[in-house]
Amino acid sequence: MFKELFARARQGHHTIPYPRSLPVLPDRLRAAPELDPARCPADCRACVETCPTAAILRDATGPILDLGRCLFCGDCAAACPANALRFTPDHRLATRSREALVLRDRQHRGDLRLEAARRRLFGRSLKLRQVSAAGCNACEADLNVLTTIGFDLGRFGIQFVASPRHADGIVVTGPVSENMKLALEKTYAAVPAPKLVIAVGACAIAGGPFAGHAEVRGGVSAAIPVPIDLFVPGCPPHPMTILDGLLGLLGRGPR
Amino acid sequence: MTRSDEQDPGRDGNDPGALGGEGRVDPRAHEPGPALAAFRNGRSLALEEIPVLSLEELRNAVIQAPNGHGRVSALFAVPAADGFTLYAVLSCEADGLIRVGRAALAEPSFPSMTPECPQVHLFERVLAERWGLVPEQHPWLKPVRFAPPWSREPDLDPPLSAERSAIALEHPYRIDGSSVHEVAVGPVHAGVIEPGHFRFQCHGELVMHLEISLGYQHRGIDRALAGGPAPRTIPYVETLAGDTTIGHTLAHCELVEALSATRVPPRALSIRAIALELERLANHVGDLGALAGDVGYLPTASFCGRLRGDLLNLSAALCGSRFGRGLVRPGGVAFDLEPERVERIAKGLEATLGDVGSAVTLLWESPSVMERFENTGVLTPDTADALGLVGVVARAAGLDRDVRHDFPAGMYRLAQIPTSVARTGDVFARAYVRWLEVQRSGRFLHEQLRALPAGPVRRPAAELRPGRLAVSLVEGWRGEICHVAITDAQGRFAAYEVVDPSFHNWTGLALALRDQAISDFPLCNKSFNLSYCGHDL
Repeated sequence: MFKELFARARQGHHTIPYPRSLPVLPDRLRAAPELDPARCPADCRACVETCPTAAILRDATGPILDLGRCLFCGDCAAACPANALRFTPDHRLATRSREALVLRDRQHRGDLRLEAARRRLFGRSLKLRQVSAAGCNACEADLNVLTTIGFDLGRFGIQFVASPRHADGIVVTGPVSENMKLALEKTYAAVPAPKLVIAVGACAIAGGPFAGHAEVRGGVSAAIPVPIDLFVPGCPPHPMTILDGLLGLLGRGPR
Repeated sequence: MTRSDEQDPGRDGNDPGALGGEGRVDPRAHEPGPALAAFRNGRSLALEEIPVLSLEELRNAVIQAPNGHGRVSALFAVPAADGFTLYAVLSCEADGLIRVGRAALAEPSFPSMTPECPQVHLFERVLAERWGLVPEQHPWLKPVRFAPPWSREPDLDPPLSAERSAIALEHPYRIDGSSVHEVAVGPVHAGVIEPGHFRFQCHGELVMHLEISLGYQHRGIDRALAGGPAPRTIPYVETLAGDTTIGHTLAHCELVEALSATRVPPRALSIRAIALELERLANHVGDLGALAGDVGYLPTASFCGRLRGDLLNLSAALCGSRFGRGLVRPGGVAFDLEPERVERIAKGLEATLGDVGSAVTLLWESPSVMERFENTGVLTPDTADALGLVGVVARAAGLDRDVRHDFPAGMYRLAQIPTSVARTGDVFARAYVRWLEVQRSGRFLHEQLRALPAGPVRRPAAELRPGRLAVSLVEGWRGEICHVAITDAQGRFAAYEVVDPSFHNWTGLALALRDQAISDFPLCNKSFNLSYCGHDL
């Protein structure tokens, strides 16, 4: 008993003060990108050609980056001869719509909040069922870490639950393999309405590196015809990116 | 141990291309089994140097492997003009050599090796599932990944059938009886974890057999890697098992470097080892916390949950990704460490490991924890050896088996980490081996960070040489990661095999659960903590 108390005293307090203040994230974190199309040399396609997942296109006005497909590997920024593209450590990336993940200069996320009816219902208590549909265990780990004392997801009234019947929505990770499609459908169907669908990670949004594989469906919306309420891009997203999205959805993020 | 970059790394054996002896068959390889090509981890051989044996000779080599001169690290088939070529990769801890042999397989069936050599049971099941090559007399020919058969044309997608989502509905092995019942779990589990399906065949509370069906995570990476290197090759290997990004990417890059005779600068070797050991620390600490959680001992569970995150953050300080994405690249690493960053990581590590020590030693001092850990899920050394188990699970069952020690590559040739072994094979042993490894990896990291070699961190990787085979073994935090590649006449991957440690170890979990209470499953499962996607690919 005393040993536990001594250990407890030694370990100290570690829950981050977020959302009162923003956390300091690693300087090398590759999150919110910034594009400067004015710098793009004409006819340069270096970023387009280096991208492993075809997340960058180029038209007459400049590059178009789709964060839904992006793995945040940074190869495009390294390949750019004009420093027209860089990834900043700003973790705020989650969006309500697929379109808001596609950007030409910087991200314009708009309002993340759910409509009033569901926000009233879920705003103070949100129970989520996580479905890993061929996720590689990185997105899963960064969801799991939110429940540790470092983030303490429970203090926001958000909790991962064991049964879809106890849940208000599902959080899907992975590109949805053929072999997981049925289980995903059944889990979604078992959640009582009204419900939420949250896609976490490049795989769940657009198939990630597995887009086009015959063995996967290429993301949640390609697998089951349901509306997605929150897109959290990344490979995997930083836990803060996920937390920012969840709190934004409930209208409880930093002021 | 600071070394200047001018020193030729080939002198101490780091340069695959500079050594005259590369690929030469070691004379010892001829004794006592049939002649196989023998070489060291992270080297390559010209295909002509690999002897073509008769199927009978290759069978004998594989069957005799566990009797003192090897373990089957990989067994796979490659389409040939006339049927298939069967390759066997045996790794021999006694002399640190990897042996490779091959045989032509003209018939669509062959006599199974599993009855005489149980550790190839899954490899043979994959041969049957992928290529329709039937190992006759195989005791248990169940699909592995529930994937459609491969086409001999690598670019052709497999045919999809509407029935593919029904893994859980197929259960070829079942115990029947009036007082026997079955409990089915998954694929969607209670926690935030990957999917798999478990069927417990129970007599009362006792589990007579655990039937594990995986394949839900199959993304087709195995099929997609052939034909590379391609722009997606690195993202594929980084996500083979997302919690083992460094381990798998390192195995891949060492393979590419062996095939292209690329020299990796010493500074990069050190940074790679730092990243690999940080990955091991984060996962071992997380596992120790989760084991505490599974027996309801909350102090260690909650401390370690936070500490695991702090260790992942050290990886993020290295390269921006908590999982080491973007760090390891062919020819070296993509990020250098300036002195201030090294200092920051070393300080963070020291503080974190101090807290880990305080959190973990509580476990061994708590009788209620030890009562649950000891004698639960026992795996005997004989079973572990027969199944060819690897990593923490094998070492906890008394097998002295660690790639870093037995088949050292990269920095592990120069800086050794003692192998951590326990004897009892139970949950306690698997937990305690993790704790020993946390301490030893911590000391290794301390040394590496204090004496980082000078020089560049990356040299451009050359083109892959055509017509060669390379094997690379890496001790990931779960155990031996094996990547094997064969290049074609153009220097592309004609075949690329990945064997995750979980591929060997899942059967160990099934056997450890026999005669255990069903309520001990979460604890046993966590003590193995195997990868689903690493197995399913």
